[in-house]
Amino acid sequence: MSEKKPRIRVRGLTKIFGDEQHAALPLLQAGKNRDEVQKATGAVIGLQDVSFDVAEGEILVVMGLSGSGKSTCLRCINRLIEPTAGSVHIDDTDVTALGERDLMELRRTRFGMVFQQFALFPHRTILRNVEYGLEVQGVPQAARRDKAMAAIETVGLKGWDQHFPSQLSGGMQQRAGLARALALDPDVLLMDEAFSALDPLIRRDMQQELVALQKRLKKTIVFVSHDLDEAIALGGRIVLMKDGRVVQQGTAADFLANPADEYVRRFVEHIDVLGVVTAGDAMRPPMAVRPWQSSAAEALEILTQSGEPVMTVVCELGRFQGTVDADTLRRAGATELRLLLSDRDASVPRGATLNEAVARLASGRGEIAVTGPDGALLGVIANADLIAALARRRVETAH
Amino acid sequence: MEFEIPRIPLAEWCDIALDWATEHFSGVTRAMSAVIGTAIETTTDFLVGLPPWLVILACGLLVWRLTTWRIALGTVLGFAFLWNLELWRATLQSLVLVLVSTAFALAIGIPIGIAAALSRRFWRIVGPGLDMMQTMPSFVYLIPAIPFFGLGAVSACFATIVFAMPPTIRLTALGILQTPPELVEAADAFGSSRWQKLFKIQLPLAIPTIMAGVNQTIMLALSMVVIAAMIGAGGLGGEVWRAIQRLEAGQGFQAGIAIVVLAVILDRITQHIAHHMRRDRQQG
Repeated sequence: MSEKKPRIRVRGLTKIFGDEQHAALPLLQAGKNRDEVQKATGAVIGLQDVSFDVAEGEILVVMGLSGSGKSTCLRCINRLIEPTAGSVHIDDTDVTALGERDLMELRRTRFGMVFQQFALFPHRTILRNVEYGLEVQGVPQAARRDKAMAAIETVGLKGWDQHFPSQLSGGMQQRAGLARALALDPDVLLMDEAFSALDPLIRRDMQQELVALQKRLKKTIVFVSHDLDEAIALGGRIVLMKDGRVVQQGTAADFLANPADEYVRRFVEHIDVLGVVTAGDAMRPPMAVRPWQSSAAEALEILTQSGEPVMTVVCELGRFQGTVDADTLRRAGATELRLLLSDRDASVPRGATLNEAVARLASGRGEIAVTGPDGALLGVIANADLIAALARRRVETAH
Repeated sequence: MEFEIPRIPLAEWCDIALDWATEHFSGVTRAMSAVIGTAIETTTDFLVGLPPWLVILACGLLVWRLTTWRIALGTVLGFAFLWNLELWRATLQSLVLVLVSTAFALAIGIPIGIAAALSRRFWRIVGPGLDMMQTMPSFVYLIPAIPFFGLGAVSACFATIVFAMPPTIRLTALGILQTPPELVEAADAFGSSRWQKLFKIQLPLAIPTIMAGVNQTIMLALSMVVIAAMIGAGGLGGEVWRAIQRLEAGQGFQAGIAIVVLAVILDRITQHIAHHMRRDRQQG
């Protein structure tokens, strides 16, 4: 396994608000809980021993309800909020150890940030907003203009560069906010509830566009959100926080399958199962599968015994080729299966969500194949299996 | 039983402090006074020397460029009225004094306001000072002004600067401190230095508020210029002062109304500029 070195490493991050933070830290480290420390010293615990990694090119969603510390956590990464204890590394740089000047330099070159309320500068045009980071770096005007225009085009705001933020809709303003962060070509994007202030439809578009953009630009993104559906739409790993601590990290499907505690279980209760559970999770071994040189008569016998709706056919290498139904087999006699194939595309990759599986099932003949990366047959999902999978989740979450 | 509680010799202390300051600094301040006084007089004489209709038209054009034709028309009519009342010379004297004092008040007040916004400690020192400058009866400033600057326009200018500066300081500081925190945070997140933050974000956003301070400073300067007539500043205030001494009510009101006209003109112009800047920011 080639484990990539994480781009961002957060270790033991702790933030205590208030003048009493140095009195409070030892108490916290001695194992007192949040309420006890607050009672004893008056200090408020914002973050407690938060650790996680963000791999290069990953979208990590830091999720939690308001007051969970997720925004504080994000701001500790570029030290807009000064952590009380713990460390943040970006590649080999210890962000927490930097002096003021180096920190400024790091913010200028490595981080782009996008804010919930956009935080565009109202007295500057969109172009001058997007240029801002480059201007602060001291990039000459012509060069920064080109880069800014390119970023504006990337986010689909071409032609709006001379407008002021107040002349744009919320969605467009946030595109400008994203362009401002992208213009610097930073390695890391920090996004604080970036789409929460937008209308639901626009939010969904922006999520999809961000995922597409991410595939192209390969940025490392830390995305703070309170919305589980958003976390799922962005498709990455999730760090779930509560009361300043990490409750669980993993994919949404992990949360669903193995919730760390009651809180996580309740958090994922209303999750859209079809969007989270993958075909690989729901598949089962096929009961009727034959290589394509077998004869129809032989296949018919197996199919009848198996109770499967169709015969699944593979090649010599075990790759899925298509299906043949019972009527065709009956009429074909001794013909080879390879001549009878239909539904050659009745398959989904293992990582596809059940949403995609449902769409395939609806247009097929009651069963689809699940394949690996090279097209190898891994399992099948029939209509009944899908219903069973859904029912199982319901039973689990309803408990 | 009676206790003799000795009076605190506050007045004597103030005198001692002033005498000491006069002894040590009056040489410098008198020299400054000579230069500034000459500048004020030359400017006034130059303007008075020009044909009034030319000055009025020039002012009208300038105001038209800066604001709207309505305000420009008002300015021209107002000045023509003052000319008609044969108060033209006095008007120009007052106007020059107001503009010079305001220029000094802004040149000193805006940097102090910025410093006060950036440093909490500095604000703690400046704040009470401003309260005192504003609550002290304005006449009091006239007395020490004389030993430092002598009778006349420069003393008036000094007293006016002290009296008119506080709103500029206050509103500059307020405007900067009122920058929305999310914008300051965004500026920080992109690695702005303190000065970049100030000049690229905070000051531009504070300009409408600062302009409100400038407007107040001009109004206060005008009111002080009138009072300063008591130490020989002349101008429209001088007309009022003479009317008081001779008990000529009509003359007094005439000069008073002239001051009101001048005040309205100056107020409309600065208000319009301030308002326009605020709208600019919202609409582009």
